[in-house]
Amino acid sequence: MPVAAVAFEEDFLMTGHAPAKRPNQLFRNLNSKIASIPMILVAVGIFLGGSLWTVVYSFTNSKLLPRATFVGFDQYERLWASSRWIISIQNLAIYGILSLIFSLVIGFVLAALMDQKIRFENTFRTIFLYPFALSFIVTGLVWQWILNPEFGVQGIVRSLGWTSFQFDPLYDASIVIYGILIAGLWQGTGLVMCLMLAGLRGIDEDIWKAARVDGIPMWKTYIFIVIPMMRPVFITTLVIIASGIVKVYDLVVAQTSGGPGNASEVPAKYVYDYMFQAQNLGQGFAASTMMLLTVAIIVIPWAYLEFGGKKRG
Amino acid sequence: MNIRAIATALAATVVLPIGAAQAADLEVTHWWTSGGEAAAVSEFAKAFDASGNKWVDGAIAGGGSTARPIMISRITGGDPMAATQFNHGRQAQELVEAGLMRDLTAVAEKGNWKDVIKPASLLDSCTIDGKIYCVPVNIHSWQWLWLSNAAFEKAGVAVPTNWDEFVAAGPKLKEAGIQPLALGGQAWQANGLFDTLLLALGGKDLHEAVYVNKNGEAAAGPDVAKIFAAAAQARELSIGTNVQDWNQATNMVITAKAGGQVMGDWAQGEFQIAGMQAGKDYSCLPGLGVSDYITTGGDAFYFPVLDDEERSKAQDTLAEILVAPETQVAFNLKKGSLPIRGDVDLASVNDCMQKGLDIVSKGNALTSTDQLLSADTQKQKEDLMTEFFASTSMTPEAAQERFAEIISSAD
Repeated sequence: MPVAAVAFEEDFLMTGHAPAKRPNQLFRNLNSKIASIPMILVAVGIFLGGSLWTVVYSFTNSKLLPRATFVGFDQYERLWASSRWIISIQNLAIYGILSLIFSLVIGFVLAALMDQKIRFENTFRTIFLYPFALSFIVTGLVWQWILNPEFGVQGIVRSLGWTSFQFDPLYDASIVIYGILIAGLWQGTGLVMCLMLAGLRGIDEDIWKAARVDGIPMWKTYIFIVIPMMRPVFITTLVIIASGIVKVYDLVVAQTSGGPGNASEVPAKYVYDYMFQAQNLGQGFAASTMMLLTVAIIVIPWAYLEFGGKKRG
Repeated sequence: MNIRAIATALAATVVLPIGAAQAADLEVTHWWTSGGEAAAVSEFAKAFDASGNKWVDGAIAGGGSTARPIMISRITGGDPMAATQFNHGRQAQELVEAGLMRDLTAVAEKGNWKDVIKPASLLDSCTIDGKIYCVPVNIHSWQWLWLSNAAFEKAGVAVPTNWDEFVAAGPKLKEAGIQPLALGGQAWQANGLFDTLLLALGGKDLHEAVYVNKNGEAAAGPDVAKIFAAAAQARELSIGTNVQDWNQATNMVITAKAGGQVMGDWAQGEFQIAGMQAGKDYSCLPGLGVSDYITTGGDAFYFPVLDDEERSKAQDTLAEILVAPETQVAFNLKKGSLPIRGDVDLASVNDCMQKGLDIVSKGNALTSTDQLLSADTQKQKEDLMTEFFASTSMTPEAAQERFAEIISSAD
């Protein structure tokens, strides 16, 4: 028997197929692949294509309508020279870091309290989750009224007799971003709490029993055993919170429209204002490209660490 | 529900617009939503409905800066309304250049607009390459100081007759628990206040050097420094207003919670709706009582190109109606603005409007900054002014430096 034939036979025996007829990977699950073509086209065409188009046109001097006259980095130079953009970035950083920390901490503490087999758990859960059912515009308007010095918290406390009481974050440029943060947390922590609660319920009872037998105090069990076990839940939560932070826009519009002055501006609002109000698409595109870049700088290393390093079984 | 019923219902929706074609429905978008404005725009609607057509009102709340992006994206996105408001000048320039707006030259010639519309600069800013693309409907000027007589009475000061007296009365007003100057939080209001100070206190030449010639050196010079110093004073008087919309700020003057407001003559409509009398309940100082110049800008209607012939005809009818003397009078009386024709008789014109008319007839009307500067430049100015007026930490010098940069790179 010639060598080639032996090789063929071995191959045949090992795989159970003739090698020439081995099915092409491309045609496996053909039906589902055809079914997902529209989705792939939309994703590539709109998300990727749109993003690329935006990046390309951010190097032009487009005004109201896109125009392919390239001007190099002019739009970016102007962007980074603009004090409003710098304020926007600072605000996003403050809002982002604090809302990340506080919504995780408050959400987890609420979930842990909820997990103590309390009475009326359903009621509490509904109350805490309810703000999430409201849009940011409604949330923003409600908090605009609550924080209004004339008839909000300050007005009520003053009418009770403390006439020198001062609490008007939305009209004080140095703390306005915290006024927005309060509303953001009020709206968002309910969801974080629910995700955390689901994570806590996923922890085996036996682990709690074992920890109790070993005499480990409850707070230590949470920090050193339960939280590390909840890693996937934390990552999901992190992604949800982070995406909410980058796109924060409507909350600011409803609460302060960026005021007082420029004190509560955010990048997404800069993009909108310059694209449509100032009729300067180039400038708006440059700003949105910077936002994309920021997200990419954070997401790519994280995704690499999370999915790239180790092999998945 | 059977298929036939559905088919009939569908057919009805298709047939209806064709059946109603000779009396066309035109959707008109605008941002006139405050009390005085809404009353004024309903005069247009009434006149247009009387012609057998139907005015479909597309009011967009939130002011021009909210409304314009919606209008522009509808026009560029291929879903144009039949007519839309813009401030004439440069806001719609690119839309016209892209061929999205209808050429109204034929209507204009028929109505002899060139002769009846005064001042001529109004029609000029509707004209691009010799063709007319918009219908001016009113003249607005920014340079007005509105004063609450009751507030000054309460503070025990005489009602000021010029800006300096007003500034001097500030501390007295504060003592009486009255906000001296009401300034809403929206950026365009701070920007308008500054432009008003520049023209009123700096004079016509400075206005032309900075906004017409866009001279960066003039903007960095000592004359503009004086304006910024005055703006810093105005900032002192306005801190603590804590309202957003201009009509809320006007309302503070109406209710004597504030001494005064620098706002365009559209504020007049609010005083009228509140039943107040010029001269008795409130006073007005054009040019802040210092200068005899005002800038005239205003609102204009643009007509996007439609591919429906009947509706295009109705657009022509609407354009004629907007300029007609009767509608001009009815509209402008309610709006508090000046009519665009010199040949109409405003019988019931009040004190303040008369002052405005006198200035215009003297020929002291200058082109407004909306027409002189691009939307982009205006936006940068707004960003600067709103920051300046909101925080006392920004010095006039720092603000002027940035102002000069904006002007020298203006287009």
